[in-house]
Amino acid sequence: MEYFLDEQQKMIKEIARNITEERIKPVRAELDEKEEFPREIIKEIAQADLFRVFIPEEYEGFGAKCLDACLAIEELSRGCCGVSICYAAVMLGTLPIILFGSDEMKQKYLPQIASGERLVAFGLTESGAGSDAGAMKTLAKLDGDSYIINGTKQFISNGGDAEIYSIIALTNPAKGVRGASAFVVEKDTPGFTFGKKEKKMGIRCSSTCELVYHNCKVPKENLIGKEGAGFIATLKTLDGSRPGVAAQGVGLGQGALEEAVAYARQRVQFGQAVSSFQAVQHMLADMATQVEAARLLLYACARTIDAGATNYTEDGAMAKLFATDMAMKVTTDAVQVFGGVGYTRDYPVEKMMRDAKILQIYEGTNQILRNDIISHVYKRKAMRP
Amino acid sequence: MNIVVCIKQVPSTTEVKINSETNTLVREGVESIINPFDTYAIEEGVRLKERFGGKVTILTMGPPQADIALKECIEVGADEGILVSDRAFAGSDTLATSYVLSKAIEKIGDYDLVISGKQTMDGDTGQVGPGIAQRLGIPFVAYVSRVDDISDGKMKAERMIDEGHEVVEAPVPCVMSVSKEINVPRLPSLRGKMKAKSAQLTVWSAQDLGIEDNKVGLAGSPTFVMQIFSPKRERQSEMLEGSSAEQVSALCDKLSEMKVV
Repeated sequence: MEYFLDEQQKMIKEIARNITEERIKPVRAELDEKEEFPREIIKEIAQADLFRVFIPEEYEGFGAKCLDACLAIEELSRGCCGVSICYAAVMLGTLPIILFGSDEMKQKYLPQIASGERLVAFGLTESGAGSDAGAMKTLAKLDGDSYIINGTKQFISNGGDAEIYSIIALTNPAKGVRGASAFVVEKDTPGFTFGKKEKKMGIRCSSTCELVYHNCKVPKENLIGKEGAGFIATLKTLDGSRPGVAAQGVGLGQGALEEAVAYARQRVQFGQAVSSFQAVQHMLADMATQVEAARLLLYACARTIDAGATNYTEDGAMAKLFATDMAMKVTTDAVQVFGGVGYTRDYPVEKMMRDAKILQIYEGTNQILRNDIISHVYKRKAMRP
Repeated sequence: MNIVVCIKQVPSTTEVKINSETNTLVREGVESIINPFDTYAIEEGVRLKERFGGKVTILTMGPPQADIALKECIEVGADEGILVSDRAFAGSDTLATSYVLSKAIEKIGDYDLVISGKQTMDGDTGQVGPGIAQRLGIPFVAYVSRVDDISDGKMKAERMIDEGHEVVEAPVPCVMSVSKEINVPRLPSLRGKMKAKSAQLTVWSAQDLGIEDNKVGLAGSPTFVMQIFSPKRERQSEMLEGSSAEQVSALCDKLSEMKVV
């Protein structure tokens, strides 16, 4: 398959692949076991300029092309989705600033994010507001030149390890989601602390933490965009970040496929490599086809966005849905190809299978995405030009 | 601070094949890489530039294809690359090589520090670094594992020795070779790759450097390789039998018979 990547995209892919081979693969099992934040790898990612990939050129970035970012995420995910989510969550948290921040706000934050000096997180989910984001309870009340924030955000990737937080809070609770606004809250702001750190099934080296706001005072200029535009900012942010989750799925599926093929060729049963049995060959052929199909859908979606499309909710939802369901299936099949040892922690496929599950859940469950997709399909009467 | 890092392009495999007739390395079909020990020298040069400012110039002697190695150095933070290449240099030993490199460093001029890896992976001699220092008439510090400071015309550093480590001070300019404990070389960056792509490398010939013919190539190389061969692996084994106690006592007898205990 020829994907017609340009020179910069080939470089990004090669750089990220290098990091995966040299820095991630040798330590991924240990990071998973110890649930340790991959700080050294993040430093290497920053040093390699990969955080610059999703930042616009005028703020010391490399053009903020969706496909460029997806290629970096895909290659990192080939090694470990725990590491790649630390990277992708920075992109997620930065998107509201890129999409809706003032020039002043961009000048202040984007160069620091581009260099990797400061990490970012996005705070939307609450214990009572998951798929039903509109049920959020966190409040931001204007008080002179500041907003006073109260509430608790849950399941926040990079929580505790990021320095910059883009969060959504209600500035006018009477208006429901139309009364939601987005804010930047920096770590170490008085009244902002971290709560429970989750113990997870997969992506265990990444941090997932509660953000607790108790009379947390942030300056008025930390409002991202306008008051009441928080929910639109959220939807646009998730539209922009979902291809990234799809890229995690494609990279993870690719990684699992490579492991399964390598193992099948060296495992001998009944006097021959198990890769010579048709039962195994057909599984591997299906896995390879599914990975490729997901990659095509992802790249087409990313190129649609990069071409300047204004509404790509359906495209992103389809890419994320298909690629993450694929990753779940392909990693499960990879464990099956390995047999008994695949179920042990001596080989990477059991971790890959655990990591795959979250991709179907976060940044819009695959069920919510199907709702999005069908409403668009009905709207266009299933027609394509 | 102006830093010159000397590197060499070597065959990528550790299982080097030798042509038994000519006693030279078989290079056909073997991918070339930067000598792994030199990657620590490049990284240290870039780190010192980041600490103290200045410029990192990479210098290598080799065939025209060695420009790939120089570009790889720019990918990881070096500023410039100079390739010293001439047919007259073919067959140069470490004495001749250090002469050529020292002439190139003199031509670069205005340098504060010359860094090399501790040895190459193919030749394994570790002689070129000290050879350059001797030619330039400046001090040489071997096996540096940490640079503490460079200020007031002096470098303070720690170097590895068999018994542990030594803290040394040397006037700059000086030449140092670095051990692999000194750092973890970084991987290429996007900005580095873009810079390398458009980088213009400098190529100097023997004439450019005012090289004396009789000091380079086979004529200028007093080292003569008599024979190169792959050592044969010979191992003899004997299995001991009986109960554990009998095996232990038989083993003790054997060892004392061989006078190892």
